[in-house]
Amino acid sequence: MPSVPPAPAEVELEQPVEVDEIEHDRPWIVIVWNDPINLMSYVTLVFQKLFGYSREKATELMLQVHNDGKAIVSGGSREKAEHDVARLHSHGLWATMRQD
Amino acid sequence: MFVPSPIQRTPDGDFRLQLSEGERELLASLPAELTALIEADRADPGLRRLFPPAYEKDEESEDEYRRLMHEELLAGRREALQVLAETARSERLSVEQLDAWLRALTDLRLALGTRLEVTEETYDQEIDPGHPQAFELSVFAYLSWLQEQAVAAAMPDESL
Repeated sequence: MPSVPPAPAEVELEQPVEVDEIEHDRPWIVIVWNDPINLMSYVTLVFQKLFGYSREKATELMLQVHNDGKAIVSGGSREKAEHDVARLHSHGLWATMRQD
Repeated sequence: MFVPSPIQRTPDGDFRLQLSEGERELLASLPAELTALIEADRADPGLRRLFPPAYEKDEESEDEYRRLMHEELLAGRREALQVLAETARSERLSVEQLDAWLRALTDLRLALGTRLEVTEETYDQEIDPGHPQAFELSVFAYLSWLQEQAVAAAMPDESL
């Protein structure tokens, strides 16, 4: 049976809550990384399909992934970023997220 | 020599499939192999590209992401692979079926490509018939070519 961690002492409560709020406000970014397997044309198609980007914008992002090794493809709240990462993962793209 | 694409958009909005018996055989059998692999061991390093981390430096958030998403991602993969296997002998594919093909072909290539340690250079190299993995390399090259054709067929027409 798992043990429940003891409740933190009262004095420790103030500070972490404030930090949490600041952390929460900073936007998250979704990064797609280059990989040697996904085809350039497929990555472009996925960006168009998932984010509604034009062929031009999707191609630009794909080339950035290809040439620079990575590109920021979307961002926003943590929930939105996580949703986008999951959709990219379901299409086999190597995507991660972090707070900007 | 001009080789017509095996996947052509029809005026009805679906896609015509023109593949040989051998190709259909391969496409009908490969999905079950990958499905067996992903169900056997999700931690298999050969499958790491199918289930990359969302959070690279935050173990707690990553565990939570896996807990929430892994089953859904796994179910999506299983479903797409099943569509590929079941429609490999079809004459036509719907838009949804072609979308499943694109995802299934990606998963097959990610699993096979990881095992073959594919690099950007792999695509330009002739396959040496004496190579111990010559067959797998040929399958990978075929799937890459087929996916390129499938993407070209699926690409929305900008002129519309």
